[in-house]
Amino acid sequence: MAILEVKGIKKNFGQTEVLKGIGFSVEKGEVVAIIGSSGSGKTTLLRCLNFLEFADEGTISVNGEVLYDGASERQAKKKLKNSDKQLRRKRLHFGLVFQSFNLFPHKSVMDNLLLAPTLQFKKEVRQAKRAERAAKAKLKKAKTEEEKQAIELELKEKTSLDYSCLAEIKEKAAATLERVGLLDKKNSYPCELSGGQQQRVAIARALIMNPDILCFDEPTSALDPELTGEVLKVIRELKNTDTTMIVVTHEMEFAEDVADKVIFMANGVIEEEGNPEEVFKRPKSEKTKSFLASRKNV
Amino acid sequence: MSFIEVTKQLLSGFGTTCLLFILTILFALPLGLIICFGSTTRFKPLRYVTRAFVWIIRGTPLMLQLFVVFYVPGMLFDSPIFATLENGRFIAALIAFVINYACYFSEIFRGGIESISKGQYEAAAVLGMSKGQTFFHVVLPQVIKRIIPPMSNEIITLVKDTSLARVISVIDIIFAAETILSLKALMWPLFYAGAFYLVFNGVLTLLFGYVERKLNYYKV
Ligand SMILES: Nc1ncnc2c1ncn2[C@@H]1O[C@H](COP(=O)(O)OP(=O)(O)OP(=O)(O)O)[C@@H](O)[C@H]1O
Ligand SMILES: [Mg+2]
Repeated sequence: MAILEVKGIKKNFGQTEVLKGIGFSVEKGEVVAIIGSSGSGKTTLLRCLNFLEFADEGTISVNGEVLYDGASERQAKKKLKNSDKQLRRKRLHFGLVFQSFNLFPHKSVMDNLLLAPTLQFKKEVRQAKRAERAAKAKLKKAKTEEEKQAIELELKEKTSLDYSCLAEIKEKAAATLERVGLLDKKNSYPCELSGGQQQRVAIARALIMNPDILCFDEPTSALDPELTGEVLKVIRELKNTDTTMIVVTHEMEFAEDVADKVIFMANGVIEEEGNPEEVFKRPKSEKTKSFLASRKNV
Repeated sequence: MSFIEVTKQLLSGFGTTCLLFILTILFALPLGLIICFGSTTRFKPLRYVTRAFVWIIRGTPLMLQLFVVFYVPGMLFDSPIFATLENGRFIAALIAFVINYACYFSEIFRGGIESISKGQYEAAAVLGMSKGQTFFHVVLPQVIKRIIPPMSNEIITLVKDTSLARVISVIDIIFAAETILSLKALMWPLFYAGAFYLVFNGVLTLLFGYVERKLNYYKV
């Protein structure tokens, strides 16, 4: 079964029809490259998948579960838009790496990774802290040595148990930073990093949430040419670990090389799709041909 | 009147000044944030009402607002509430200052919040953070850094503005100095009072400079 199934996505901004019925599916571990000229709706599509925009029509299903249904959403008077909790749960199926990184400038690299997962576990952590404080207060009041020891033991067990999820998150963050090759920068702030490094942090930050599908919106467009390589390398390595990815990109060579499937979008529809061989070497549509030709001249 | 005696009297007035200053900051900052939410809410009626209120408060003299807070409730309820209450004058002054400064602060907050890019909200959203979490962990810390300079200006103005409270007979340091002038015909205590303000503001300036440097660990 496809991990992601998108059907008939339509999106208007006022009078302009930006997406005119987009449908495709992605298998687990597959890398899909989306190419297309400027204004064809690639960003809008990714934003609809991440619920930053809400499609007017169409469905989005992950692992067979319908996460979003434009028609019923409209009938229910925009239920998802207003229900923060549900929306958050659905968003976590997807990750999104932005063209402009959007790191949190006031947080160190490590804290950029840790913020969202720790907030998720905040409730548990808060409970742990409260229990610890209560135990410590009891410890002060305890009179006999035995009593003290019993409480201390309990405290140790409890904290190790309750903090384990927090410690796990930290370990995972370190491991994820290692994966993108930036563990030595964990205490730096985003402003101290190069664009390529910032984008790798952004990728790590998205990865740590364990999304089913990781989306990239032109991850290298804001980078100097000599920095794109390091980011593309990270994405290549992710492919080897079976990460399911949708990559909007203008790097044709990269798309041809890494993607399992290429989607060419033009004017809000999928003009052509297939494996890289087909799309790049034997394009059927005239539009695809002229787009690829214009790309070669750049 | 000796220097020591004058110092003592001025100090007691200065205590009132400081108290008025600190309490105003304490209440006006959170209230300012709330007003800021009101003036940026998507719920139009509330937004318009809040903005109109802010416009009125910022568009009229603080001195006038002091009179309004002090006298109007008495006229409405037919008994001078603030004049009879112990510390009533101080409370009336505090209310006027809190409302006035909350409105100024709210505009500073609004500018700060609006300067945070949409990308920050979106990055937080796709990481599954709630609106509240996004505001307190992503937006507000960045806003604080950005609003320190305008805030410090406003707060230093507040130090000097507290002297307006004497129009409803709150005995602040200027009031104390003025009393000495009229009773003992001594001029210099007034200048001496000025020195208190200078030192106070000097300390505040140093403090804000320190905070600004502390928050300089990152650039945007
Ligand atoms: N919030 C919006 N309001 C109105 N129009 C929008 C909005 N967002 C996008 N559009 C329009 O939708 C169209 C598609 O935009 P989109 O950003 O999805 O294109 P794109 O394929 O990502 O282009 P690029 O390669 O330049 O990034 C454009 O014509 C754009 O002007
Ligand atoms: Mg785009």
